[in-house]
Amino acid sequence: MYYLWAFLIGGLICMIGELLIIKTNITSARILVTFVLVGVALEAFGIFDPISEFARAGINVPIVGFGASLAKGAIGAVKARGLIGAFTGGLEATAAGIAAAVGFAFLFGLIFKARTKK
Amino acid sequence: MDDKKRNEAYNNYVKAKIPKTRPWPSLFNSFWIGGVICCLGQGINDLIMLAFPNMAEQTAWTYTLVALIFLASFLTGIGVYDRIGKFAGGGSIVPITGFSNSITSPALEFKNEGIIYGMCVKMFTIAGPVIVIGIIASILVGLVYLFI
Repeated sequence: MYYLWAFLIGGLICMIGELLIIKTNITSARILVTFVLVGVALEAFGIFDPISEFARAGINVPIVGFGASLAKGAIGAVKARGLIGAFTGGLEATAAGIAAAVGFAFLFGLIFKARTKK
Repeated sequence: MDDKKRNEAYNNYVKAKIPKTRPWPSLFNSFWIGGVICCLGQGINDLIMLAFPNMAEQTAWTYTLVALIFLASFLTGIGVYDRIGKFAGGGSIVPITGFSNSITSPALEFKNEGIIYGMCVKMFTIAGPVIVIGIIASILVGLVYLFI
């Protein structure tokens, strides 16, 4: 059952992204930034977890989930360690994702050749 | 004055040259491909939870995202992801796989300019702003929560 929700919510978020691309011709960097900020806001206002409860991967796999864990990390670290948490929390929570993306990009960048665009 | 006229002509030219995507098929494609990628993530997460029942849910999600990032990076390397992207638009950009693609793709493309100045610098042409804005937002949220 939750696969259906994951499909619907995830699909909906991606469709909103596509709609933004069609309507405003914005670049993919801006799309990603927008959705990260949406995720941060959802988490900051406490709306993310209720959605995540039933949508699961539907909202955690889109980049919105990345933004939410940035905010979640910062909030948790501030509560646990005070001021310094605001600086450590966000990156701590997303470190695995960033390190994986950079590490694999470097690895596959070395291994594979760029395809010439036709 | 001439500048104004020239700019206007140029803008019209650009408008005429921008490829017209038909909105409904592309919206539909981005919907179902985005949905499928999310279901794939859910499947990986369920498999991890099945294999390691004692793992914390948060850790399992982290592994899931790393697996998706690996997959997208590999598919970018062999040139498959860009083909999906042409078809899926937002469906391939918005999921975390799109973030991974946005780092691997320039890494490949600028490899011939050298490892340091090509790959390492250009890797962050798209992901850089995402990480910068994300970090700034998380600091602000942390500061707000410190005072409430």
